[in-house]
Amino acid sequence: MLGYYLRLAMSSLRRSPGLTALMIAAVALGIAVCVTSLTVYQGLSGNPIPWKNDLLHAVTIDNWDPQFPARERHPDQPPTQLAWRDAVALLESDIPVRSVVMFKTAGVLATGTAGARPQRALTRVTSADFFAMFDVPFRFGAGWTAAADQGPEPVIVLASAMNERLFGGANSVGRTLRWNDMEFRVVGVLDEWRPLPKFYDLNNGALQEPEEAYIPWGWGLAAELPSAGSWNCWKPEPLASFRDFVQSECVWLQVWVELADAGARQRMQSLLDTYARDQQRAGRLPRPLNNRLTPVDRWLADNDVVGSDDRVLVGLAFAFLAVCLLNTVGLLLARFQRGAVTTGVRRALGASRRQICLQHLTEAGLVCAAGAALGLALAGLLLWGLRLLYATQDGTRDGIQALAHVAPGSITTALALAVLATLVAGLYPSWRIGRSAPAACLQGRPMGFRHTGRRFVP
Amino acid sequence: MLDMQGISKIYRTDLIETHALRQFSLRVEAGDFVAVTGPSGSGKTTFMNIAGLLEDFDTGRYQLDGTDVSGLSDAVRSRLRNERIGFIFQSFNLIPELDIFDNVDVPLRYRGFSRRDRAERIASALDLVGLRSRMHHLPAQLSGGQQQRAAIARALAGDPGLLLADEPTGNVDSLMARQIMDLLEEINEMGTTIVLVTHDLELARRARRNVHIVDGQVSDFWSLEPPAPGLHAGLVPAMMAPA
Repeated sequence: MLGYYLRLAMSSLRRSPGLTALMIAAVALGIAVCVTSLTVYQGLSGNPIPWKNDLLHAVTIDNWDPQFPARERHPDQPPTQLAWRDAVALLESDIPVRSVVMFKTAGVLATGTAGARPQRALTRVTSADFFAMFDVPFRFGAGWTAAADQGPEPVIVLASAMNERLFGGANSVGRTLRWNDMEFRVVGVLDEWRPLPKFYDLNNGALQEPEEAYIPWGWGLAAELPSAGSWNCWKPEPLASFRDFVQSECVWLQVWVELADAGARQRMQSLLDTYARDQQRAGRLPRPLNNRLTPVDRWLADNDVVGSDDRVLVGLAFAFLAVCLLNTVGLLLARFQRGAVTTGVRRALGASRRQICLQHLTEAGLVCAAGAALGLALAGLLLWGLRLLYATQDGTRDGIQALAHVAPGSITTALALAVLATLVAGLYPSWRIGRSAPAACLQGRPMGFRHTGRRFVP
Repeated sequence: MLDMQGISKIYRTDLIETHALRQFSLRVEAGDFVAVTGPSGSGKTTFMNIAGLLEDFDTGRYQLDGTDVSGLSDAVRSRLRNERIGFIFQSFNLIPELDIFDNVDVPLRYRGFSRRDRAERIASALDLVGLRSRMHHLPAQLSGGQQQRAAIARALAGDPGLLLADEPTGNVDSLMARQIMDLLEEINEMGTTIVLVTHDLELARRARRNVHIVDGQVSDFWSLEPPAPGLHAGLVPAMMAPA
């Protein structure tokens, strides 16, 4: 009978195109707003590296002010970054399969080719394990070795967009370029890589693009590179030189470890605690012991990647959908009531309540399916608008731009919302018309009154 | 075929109670042709709705073809309506967006017949009413008389034992009304029981039995021709209830 119901629904919808368009538009608007907000929300709340969630851990040590916690919103948590001396000490451990210590700096890249414009490049100064630990894909070449960190060797890895700008996308491995006033040799070019959120360094915003160039960790100290990322200090101490900064309690380094199993995690935690106690005995770390190894999903939650504003926005989007569906319920009720005589005739000719209910539910389903299709198209437009709104002057993509795309997840969301909309908007009117007495339908007053045995009630 | 005993139906609102039927009793045997007359508001339509299982009643007992219908589920009542009862309405009640073929198809769809069976039954029913050539016309493209004939075809397509006709000639001219009565008589002669509600006493006189309803009760009944022994004796006097 489904085919028959679909035919009847199509015929019924064609009979009053204005009302049909109104209902479809109401559902489409609600679904479009929901899909848009959910697409952005899902992008924000997703774990970009779930397959290594239990292996990768952010390392934190509480070296903060004894009087005030490092994080006002999360007073129980240590600072999200480490001081130089702690980071370097932990890098020595052989418990992790891989360890990474890193920070963000900035430089200017130039190929030296006549006419080629130098390019400003946010650069990650990192230890060699970065690429293998975070499963960073390479288009050409590879990363560097631990020896290059020690050297440090003048090698550099470029992001694909920077390689495009500097070398027109060609294989630039082996080519040399200048990073600020130093000459570097390209050893690798990344493929498209856009972890969202940028979990490994959330200090400057979860939606930031990954850096455009990567150089060995050793250059941080050797070239006394300043941090272009976030850094925080609490202790009044001299910071006149880079050496002062390195010796200070200021936190500015991100440290991650890859631990093979729970045993390794336990050993690493012990190491952290032992190290912290040693430091306390040496007069540092005045706060109670609070060292953490935090897996990726927990790390994203602890750092409020999905803020309460985002959740409120999604809530508002669903509230808007509810209002749209409420309107659709009203329109469907009006439509079904208008076709009550025909329903009465069908009942007289043998249709059961269930059959009438299913017939009308099919019609509601068709409206919601059309609404979902239109809503998805509208969501595409809204997301496109968002991309325009957040377009950057230099053509690079901002975080919102990267998120604002109709993805397969958006289509699934739209379909799920269509089913939800059908159930919410269609079930009650369909049930109501199905429950109406056939005689009342034939008289054109299907849902106004029903006989309860004692009295007629609305 | 149809046996109602002591049926009462009261419509209530917060302000008033309307006794649509009071201790209404009537028996109609298979093959009969009964005309029901009465003034407006006398309960004729309520009687037809209850007889056609379109509406519940408050008290009494109603047996259709020996089946006590009180307490039946909606699904069973719907199946009984579909299989045993055909309806003809004053305003034809054809579904405007469906052509005649699809209109006649409606009860057959709910019956679950195969496509081929449905096509055969539709053709046969339209043949009977002389509308086979118009099967792909929309109702709006037919005259009032043709529409009513199409409605009769729809009522007959499922081969029901009982045909309930509510003012079937109310919306057509007198010539067409006579033709429709001729058709109903023909159908009755083929063995289908007919209960006809009408205001038109001339048409009512063409039925084998007449029942007159006033204030929800059978006030009078008569037979215009002597019933064949044993065939129409089922039309019994109304069981009058105290007012």
